[in-house]
Amino acid sequence: MTDISSSSFVRQDLLAERPAPIKTTGFIGLVRTRLFNSPTNILLTIVGALLLWFTVIPSVRFLIVDAVWSGQDRTACLAENAGFAVGACWPYIQAKLPQLIYGFYPEAERWRVDLTMLLAVVLLLPLLVPRLPAKGLNAGLFFVAFPVVAFFLLHGGGIKGFGLSWTAGLLQLFDESIIGAGQALLSLSKTSAIAPLLWVVGSLIVLVGTAISWLIFPLTWLRDYVQVMGQPVWADFGITAAIVSLIAFFLAGGIRTGGRALASSIAIFIAIAIVIKLMGLDRGGLPIVTTNLWGGLLVTLVVSVTGIVTSLPIGIALALGRRSTIPLIRIFSIAFIEFWRGVPLITVLFFATYMLPLFLPGNFTVDGLVRALIGIALFTGAYQAENVRGGLAAIPRGQGEAAAALGLSWWKTTSLIVLPQALRHVIPNLVNSFISLFKDTSLVSIVALFDLLGSLRASFSDPKWSTPSTAFTGFAFAGIIYFIFCFGMSRYSLFVERRLNAHRRS
Amino acid sequence: MSTEARKPPAQSALKIRRILGGKAGWNGVAVQFAFAAILGWIGYEIVSNARANLENQHIAAGFGFLRNNAGFDVNQTLIPYTGSDTFLRVFVVGLLNTLVVSVVGIVFATVIGFIVALCRLSPNWLLSRVGEIYVEVIRNLPVLFQILFWYLAVLAALPNPRQSISLFGIAFISNRGLVVPSPIGQSGLVPFLAMLVFGIVASLALRFHARRALFQEGRMIRIWPYVLGLLFGLPVATMLVFGLPFTFELPQLKGFNFAGGSRIIPEFVALTVALSSYTAAFIAEIVRAGILSVHKGQMEAGASLGLSRGATLRLIVVPQAMRVIVPPLTNQYLNLTKNSSLAVAIGYPDLVSVFAGTSLSQTGQAIEIIAMTMGIYLLISLLTSAVMSVYGWRVSRSLGA
Repeated sequence: MTDISSSSFVRQDLLAERPAPIKTTGFIGLVRTRLFNSPTNILLTIVGALLLWFTVIPSVRFLIVDAVWSGQDRTACLAENAGFAVGACWPYIQAKLPQLIYGFYPEAERWRVDLTMLLAVVLLLPLLVPRLPAKGLNAGLFFVAFPVVAFFLLHGGGIKGFGLSWTAGLLQLFDESIIGAGQALLSLSKTSAIAPLLWVVGSLIVLVGTAISWLIFPLTWLRDYVQVMGQPVWADFGITAAIVSLIAFFLAGGIRTGGRALASSIAIFIAIAIVIKLMGLDRGGLPIVTTNLWGGLLVTLVVSVTGIVTSLPIGIALALGRRSTIPLIRIFSIAFIEFWRGVPLITVLFFATYMLPLFLPGNFTVDGLVRALIGIALFTGAYQAENVRGGLAAIPRGQGEAAAALGLSWWKTTSLIVLPQALRHVIPNLVNSFISLFKDTSLVSIVALFDLLGSLRASFSDPKWSTPSTAFTGFAFAGIIYFIFCFGMSRYSLFVERRLNAHRRS
Repeated sequence: MSTEARKPPAQSALKIRRILGGKAGWNGVAVQFAFAAILGWIGYEIVSNARANLENQHIAAGFGFLRNNAGFDVNQTLIPYTGSDTFLRVFVVGLLNTLVVSVVGIVFATVIGFIVALCRLSPNWLLSRVGEIYVEVIRNLPVLFQILFWYLAVLAALPNPRQSISLFGIAFISNRGLVVPSPIGQSGLVPFLAMLVFGIVASLALRFHARRALFQEGRMIRIWPYVLGLLFGLPVATMLVFGLPFTFELPQLKGFNFAGGSRIIPEFVALTVALSSYTAAFIAEIVRAGILSVHKGQMEAGASLGLSRGATLRLIVVPQAMRVIVPPLTNQYLNLTKNSSLAVAIGYPDLVSVFAGTSLSQTGQAIEIIAMTMGIYLLISLLTSAVMSVYGWRVSRSLGA
């Protein structure tokens, strides 16, 4: 044991404390490291601060500090009456709020709009929260049942028949068109150079048409029989329910395994019956409000929700068609997608408004709103097709091959294995498309529909409220509404994206 | 006895099946025929209905109306046009107006977009937040909303020409539009332009030569003093010899409006401002994503080779980022061109406004006019995507080499 002091060097006194390291966290740290750490950065900070100063301060002054909050007409919002430079003229928004939300929807019927919006929110919210169960049922309700209910709520009116009458009517229309085409060919064959060929083809088509008319005769007979009964809707409903339930029962495997299908089919029909009874659809339903009275936020939401609901199936069909191995279908899908993606939406709306009525039979008029909806559905469908195609391409080949090894058919492989995975992959892209769709709905104001922007523009021309700040106030209000919807959707898409990529995060 | 390999059986049936039905076989043939029948039926219905409807409305189908007199005026024309010109001329006028607003919009959108992207990437916290706010606010508002905002709120709130806002006494902004000096050619214009063109060509040749020397022989040639001299010195020298190439006619307030100078209509200003600021938000995101997509190891590798920061960015980072940036960037340019059709909302005389709007309501030739309008947009976008696929092919080739 040597004495400790005999070793060569041992420090006897304590070291002085070193100064604490420069703080790089918290607000002070932020200021030090990201704002004022070099001359260039100080300059940039000043530039940024000036930019904010000249945009944020005037906006706040306009919206809140200098705003006029109450009044009856324009005089309240004039600088000489208010005594200061007037900012936003909020009484103008208060006065125009019903027009901006409902358009010219009759005042007594506005509860229907409120109820529809409430239904939409109640159905949509659980769909958006990933943790909640029963996504399939919820999606079915929102994408299939809700649009139908919303139509009868917003538009009103009742039904005169049910599935049986509709199927019979549709088939009859189709059959008449086939026979008409055949007869046109036959009449053409009297003058044409290739008369025999035309005659053969024409009589073949007429023959097919006649055969179809014999085939659907039982259906049409049943329909005519039902229509003269006391309760045509309910009789029709009962027959449709029975037929569909039986078909579901046998398709699902008969007595051995078909019980479930039968039960769910009956449950669905009972639900439909309750809806019909509640809304009185069999007795004429609610009073009809024609779509030229709709307007404001209502039209914006109707157009965007319909676009969302209809564009997805169109997009999936086109995406599958584009990947199909059958040449004609693939070529058609590619041409269709590239065509709609290559033209501006406004020309599509012009097409739907001016050209589409020419393509339909003369006795067949389509509502202005429906025309715009058709145009938007086709346009957005093409964009969704490209999104879905991206998802399909991301699914490894092995998935499809494994399904084939299990003996699944193409339909089962696609609907049970490939599509669910593909769609989950592209949810963020789909939501981004929905955002641009929501923004693009403002274009319908150009083809004489009064959506939020159109109603806003119409309200500017009211002399009762014409002040220097009216336009700015109106744009501020509409801008806030648009921003809330779009920003909300984009945040949701980011949230889903993070959730999907959870395994990739380090 | 040698056994020869048997010939494979004739596969004519297989080949026919392949031609008719693709990979899907006989099923494919059946589906194709059914599909063709349905398409044919729909086509027949459309043609027969359209013919009947046109007959009812007493409209003659065909493109003969293009030779008729239009009889309306257009308030901005790049080529001479009067009301007595034909509808075909209206089509060209509208198309040129669309192209001019698109090109100007694209230039501004690119500049603003790159600036905002640099702001967002800047290490300065405040500036990057400002860039983020810009992108979020602009992206989440409809472009039509922004066009109407600039046109109905901002430009309408400007004073009338008598109290117009003067920019250094040269240009004037009022609610009648933007008045700028118009250039008038002088005698020195031709030699000036000739020298300018010569300077540009010579500089390009010099650069080509320098790069060849660098890549093939490893010689560095300093060319920038010569380029500077060719691009600026030569034209200035010509100006001194031959006199000024052009003078500017300054606008002057006379009565209630401006005389002299050239007027840019307010619709054009509103449309350009709205379209370029809207597209700039998307371009900023694309540029930012492109620059972030280059691995930071590239920057470090450049530094370890002794390159300066600027040289690393110019030679290493930007070329790799451009590969990611260019395809979506062209997409945005295309979007801007398509969005310029929203001019119809504020009455800027673009293709949709004067042709699919005014001409359509005057002639009623819906099918022909809308088909022509859609066709020209389709042509523009197909041409662009063709150029882009050539670009993509070149990039993938240079990557593979």
